[in-house]
Amino acid sequence: MLLTQYGYIAIFLIIAIAFGILPLVIALAIRPKKPNPVKLSTYECGLETVGPSWIQFHVGFYLYALVFVIFDVETVFLYPWAVAYGKLGLFALIEMFIFVILLVVGLVYAWRKRALEWK
Amino acid sequence: MNDPVVILAFAVLAIVMLVSAAAVVLLRNIVHCALFLALSFLSVAGIYILLNAEFLAAVQILIYAGAVMILLLFAIMLTQRAGAIAENPPNNQVGMAAVVAVALFGLLALVLSGTSWLTGAPAATQPNTEALGRALFEYYVLPFEIASVLLLVAMIGAIVIARED
Repeated sequence: MLLTQYGYIAIFLIIAIAFGILPLVIALAIRPKKPNPVKLSTYECGLETVGPSWIQFHVGFYLYALVFVIFDVETVFLYPWAVAYGKLGLFALIEMFIFVILLVVGLVYAWRKRALEWK
Repeated sequence: MNDPVVILAFAVLAIVMLVSAAAVVLLRNIVHCALFLALSFLSVAGIYILLNAEFLAAVQILIYAGAVMILLLFAIMLTQRAGAIAENPPNNQVGMAAVVAVALFGLLALVLSGTSWLTGAPAATQPNTEALGRALFEYYVLPFEIASVLLLVAMIGAIVIARED
């Protein structure tokens, strides 16, 4: 049954959230509260940040996002292919090779145009 | 479908979806709005799984919670002016908007409750990813390959446009 299998994911999700929140709640309940300026500083050891951290990012980063989106969409096609692979045979394998090679052409183009380089 | 666990799961997912959708509209920091939008998308994926639409849930997570959210967050980060944290400012038309929203809700509720719906095919009772894969790779081969050409064009186009600096 499909839903019982996803039930395990739900249980995993609940435990993962509890794993993050419970220690904080326990710490909040049992820790002594004696704040002083040194304790309340952002970094006990290190420099305070200068200027706001909500800055405008460089437009070049958008290129990485776009390339990610392309390969994200590719994954959508890979998923049913992988699930049905056992019943599809050689033809589907060749189809997928053509599909992936066409996208690799795009990746090579991005590479050659130095779109992936960190500037 | 009438299993109490399923109903509980649906209730939790629906509440998370609605609360996070409300947070998208009401929060002042637009980055937080975007993150709550992602949570809303994930809840929708959970509801798809409850409907046995496994593939649709995977697409929802990959495309909406993945690709669309990435583009949204990047668009926010690229356009945000320094120090402008409150990018979702309040406005003075809240009263008027509330009247319009309530009126629209009433109208839709009236129409939807008065319609005798045609019931289509029953919901899938088992995962359909494999059937979908077989249909895609045995009967719809050409559209599938054209999709890859389309993705290639999109990628090259994006690079050509973004590299003009």
